[in-house]
Amino acid sequence: MTVGLGTEAPQFDLPGVDGQIHSLDSYGDAEALVLVQSCNHCPYVQAWEGRLSEIARDYADRGVRVVAVNSNDVANYPEDSFEEMQKRASVQGFAFEYLFDEPQAVARELGAERTPEVFLFDRDRKLVYHGAIDDSRDEDGVSQQYLRDALDAVLSGEEPAVSETPAVGCSVKYR
Amino acid sequence: MKIEFLFWRECPSHPEARALLDEVLAARELDVKVDEHEVTTNEEAQRLSFPGSPTIRVDGRDVDPAGASARPALNCRIYHLPDGRVSPVPTREQLEEALR
Repeated sequence: MTVGLGTEAPQFDLPGVDGQIHSLDSYGDAEALVLVQSCNHCPYVQAWEGRLSEIARDYADRGVRVVAVNSNDVANYPEDSFEEMQKRASVQGFAFEYLFDEPQAVARELGAERTPEVFLFDRDRKLVYHGAIDDSRDEDGVSQQYLRDALDAVLSGEEPAVSETPAVGCSVKYR
Repeated sequence: MKIEFLFWRECPSHPEARALLDEVLAARELDVKVDEHEVTTNEEAQRLSFPGSPTIRVDGRDVDPAGASARPALNCRIYHLPDGRVSPVPTREQLEEALR
């Protein structure tokens, strides 16, 4: 079951495509932390990747850090291997961190079900928004910018007006 | 004309794809039964050469020949749009072309 609002962000120590190990403490100074359950191969993830990079860039100077986490089982989905993650991040020019959760621990602790699936944590690392990035996988069809609105609220010290939405995407490939 | 609609339940795009297929069939006034089949195991995906969900074949030919050769797997399939974007479902144009 997916975690509820107010849940604390999970601890992790995961390799990133940048060659570094990333932990929750690595983002200790962030005003808000966006964890996104993600992967390489899902067409829904690919449809939203560009917008996620835009969000990462747009909110970076306001202290927001965006971290995508791939927890998929690479034995059955080799397209989601760490090597393939590094290639995709490089080719697509991701503006966010991209971590490999081989033990699937982050995904299980969050109860993540879909890719992409957003978990927005505030300054105290409490979950304040969960769900979709926006309301349309087709960028031309977006009318509700759920994650941007939630970030604006959190950065203003307020609760998001919309705190939960259904995540739309592929299933997380658990072992 | 034989139309096969193969899908994997864990990928959420198949209802949209099926609705689009039905729309195109209706617009073309084609009274053809769609053979819908749920793929449930990796072994079945291999046996059916199922490159991901949804897969639509007209008289045995994939509506997106370029994507038909992807590794058979229980997966969401990626369709590449002419403008470079990706989609979890084929385009109306691909379906119309395949049904020509």
